[in-house]
Amino acid sequence: MEDYLAMLADLAVRYGPRLLGGVVVTLQLVGISLALGGMMSVPLALARLSRNPVLRLPAFAYVFFFRGTPLLAQIYLIYYGSGQFRAAFEQAGLWWFFRDAWYCALLAFTLNTGAYTAEIVRGGIQGVPLGDIEAARACGMSGFTLYRRIILPTAYRIALPAYGNEIILMVKSSSIASIITIFDLMGETKLAFSRSFRLEVYLMAAALYLVITLSFEWVWARLERWLNPQREAPDLKAPDLQPPAALVEPQRQ
Amino acid sequence: MWELLSFGDKGWGDDLALGAILTLQLAFASLGLGLVFGLATAGMKLSGNRVLLGLANGFTTAIRGIPDLLTLFLIYFGSQFAIQTLLSLFGYEGQVEVNGFWAGVLALSLVFGGYSSEVFRGAFLAIPKGQIEAAKAVGMPPALIFRRVLLPQVWRYALPGLGNLWLSLIKDTSLISVIALDELLRKTFIAVGITKEPFLFYGIACLIYLAITTVSTGVIMRLEAWSERGVRRA
Repeated sequence: MEDYLAMLADLAVRYGPRLLGGVVVTLQLVGISLALGGMMSVPLALARLSRNPVLRLPAFAYVFFFRGTPLLAQIYLIYYGSGQFRAAFEQAGLWWFFRDAWYCALLAFTLNTGAYTAEIVRGGIQGVPLGDIEAARACGMSGFTLYRRIILPTAYRIALPAYGNEIILMVKSSSIASIITIFDLMGETKLAFSRSFRLEVYLMAAALYLVITLSFEWVWARLERWLNPQREAPDLKAPDLQPPAALVEPQRQ
Repeated sequence: MWELLSFGDKGWGDDLALGAILTLQLAFASLGLGLVFGLATAGMKLSGNRVLLGLANGFTTAIRGIPDLLTLFLIYFGSQFAIQTLLSLFGYEGQVEVNGFWAGVLALSLVFGGYSSEVFRGAFLAIPKGQIEAAKAVGMPPALIFRRVLLPQVWRYALPGLGNLWLSLIKDTSLISVIALDELLRKTFIAVGITKEPFLFYGIACLIYLAITTVSTGVIMRLEAWSERGVRRA
């Protein structure tokens, strides 16, 4: 038993710092692709909802492709597939980008999460109560103002739980980057395993991933409560006839 | 290009087709086992026993927080270590190679089970209490209530959630290519290594996955319509 604990401590000292370095790479990869994918998602969702087929059909095809194929296949398509057009990329001065596994993973993740997030945003926009929009129109709002002041703020609140799930899925999927030689948490773990041949390094990685996802879930739950106070679950222990506390107490800020 | 994709000695069409079949086998085997895991875990959550509830919730939390790729490695290498340790107790000291197919199926079905347990739990809770009370009132024992009243209706509430999980299960099978099982993506990988046509072949692989997910979506929509055939609408 003591031998085992000493071995565990040795593993942690030897590979711990590299695994933590991998955590940083994972968070960078996820953070950057979520930011870029998030920026893409709103225009994409609007194009997807547009009545103009020139906007709607390409957006539909894009979302359809990236949601219908495995992320690993998308990464291979971008990272290895670009090699087939090397001459053209070199001529265009883009080869430095596609040569690098890091940029390719980032591009694949961004395009992938952009497609999923666009669907989430679309769901949010379609969930905005019609009366809100009619009321805004009646006040004379139109187009950009209507979206900025009424539709998007409500849509974001509706989309919040689904987007939280998407972020967690993205943290999990980012481990795929290790397959194209990126040393994120998963990549460092695979390296540590190939050197030590101890299964415990995979368990350490699992614990680190759990810490990331669980602490994120905690933060997100707070954010949801802050942005959607009206959705707070009523106290189930209260007598049936009593109205939910949120209706009685003054709204807290 | 067409020669490369033809069936037979010169082309890779038959290899890709075989890979796609193995992908489907993986997906269906994981679906079957995953449904069992999901129902069992949901049962533990609804049992009212705090120990079982804690275990089931811990399982779901782990599955939702650990990357599927890591789960796959843990199962693949973990089972290898476990079997080796077990055999060494009986004096056998050789290398053991775990069957990649079943390791992959086990990992994917654990993932499916973890997520679907929440779907099933919600579906069981969606069944009106009055029906269960009525079944008790006519003297049905719990097992019979489960079989005659709960199970037939659970599918209707669970289908949309299960459909989504099935789609991500299909896409997840691609991960099994990294433990050297010749499913669709690995067959494509091999084809690219020899033909040096990466964009063409990965593009084709993507289209095959897209075809599978599209057909699945159609079937799921049919199933949902069928499961709601007796439901009155406003």
